[in-house]
Amino acid sequence: MDQLPALAKVFAYLSFLTIGGGMAAFPEMRVLIVDVHRWLTAEQLTHVYSTGQMSPGPNMMMVAEVGQLVAGFPGALVCAIAFFLPTGILTFLVGRLWKRLENWPWRASIQKGLAPVAIGLAVGGLITFGRTAVTGWLTLIVAFATFVAVARTKINPVFFILGAGVIGLIAMR
Amino acid sequence: MRKPSVIEIFLTFLQIGAISFGGGVVAYLRDGLVRNKKWFDDVEFLELTSISNTLPGLNATNIAILAGDRLGGWPGASLALIGMCIPAFIFMTAAGIVYGQSHSRPLASAALRGVAAAATGLLAATWFKIGKKSLKGFYDAFFVMAAILGINYFKWGVPITLLAVGALAIFTYRPTTAPPEKPAQEEEQWISSLH
Repeated sequence: MDQLPALAKVFAYLSFLTIGGGMAAFPEMRVLIVDVHRWLTAEQLTHVYSTGQMSPGPNMMMVAEVGQLVAGFPGALVCAIAFFLPTGILTFLVGRLWKRLENWPWRASIQKGLAPVAIGLAVGGLITFGRTAVTGWLTLIVAFATFVAVARTKINPVFFILGAGVIGLIAMR
Repeated sequence: MRKPSVIEIFLTFLQIGAISFGGGVVAYLRDGLVRNKKWFDDVEFLELTSISNTLPGLNATNIAILAGDRLGGWPGASLALIGMCIPAFIFMTAAGIVYGQSHSRPLASAALRGVAAAATGLLAATWFKIGKKSLKGFYDAFFVMAAILGINYFKWGVPITLLAVGALAIFTYRPTTAPPEKPAQEEEQWISSLH
């Protein structure tokens, strides 16, 4: 219970780094959760983040699982609210201002400039993530096969992820 | 456009929040809001994704808030956000209960090692597709590389990298006195497969 204020602070802060998607914030999340607060190990965080990829809806709801693991149900609730409410209010306000910003010349500059930065941050986060997730030949093969399957087919990726879970059960104990 | 009731808004987003397995919530949102309900046309929907993209927060929840606001003011925005989040919240909290009980046991960890490897491939494919669609020219490639190096080589951390590379990128694409080539929205199709 005494972790709740720290959880709220960490996840409200992280939410403002999710430009273009949750992966951008992953390196900072790892520093805060694993190194600073020691709530989870690096491997546990990778597991929780991966579980988020199996969830419907916003995959960054994995923050609720972190909260659940650290402080039970109140932790889950605090993390979810801290992560989704502050940026939600910001989006609501900017959404209302948007029409008025139509003729503001910097609006297009911000959109054009942030697009490649968001992609770079996501790839940077993914490299950090992959260092813990891809640890040997078998995980490398699974990762590469999933990449090709998702890039080349229209099959829902959740099936590949579930299949990889079965491979893990059989071969990664 | 017919204005839906707040209950209908809530139930629509609850449904999208419950069925959108496999990432790519934005595609599920387009299906639900544009094709099925016909609450928005493609141009409006693209505008919503383009606003969502420029702001912090996830596209799934940002689009829910913006669409909810246009459909039903602040109550619509709040209920759209809550509806979008409830199924994932239940799913992830339940996953936390299970993982918390069994994390010392080898089975959950073994399965999740496989899942994490596949998630790496899935996320790489997602960003590969987005990059292929949206990146053009030397400057875009430069800013992608600068952000990757800032995070993984120079270890600046996310906030510094975002502020430094972001400011430089926005300044590079600063408004010119020449007439703009084309509206920004047209360039914003890269988001369509973001989660």
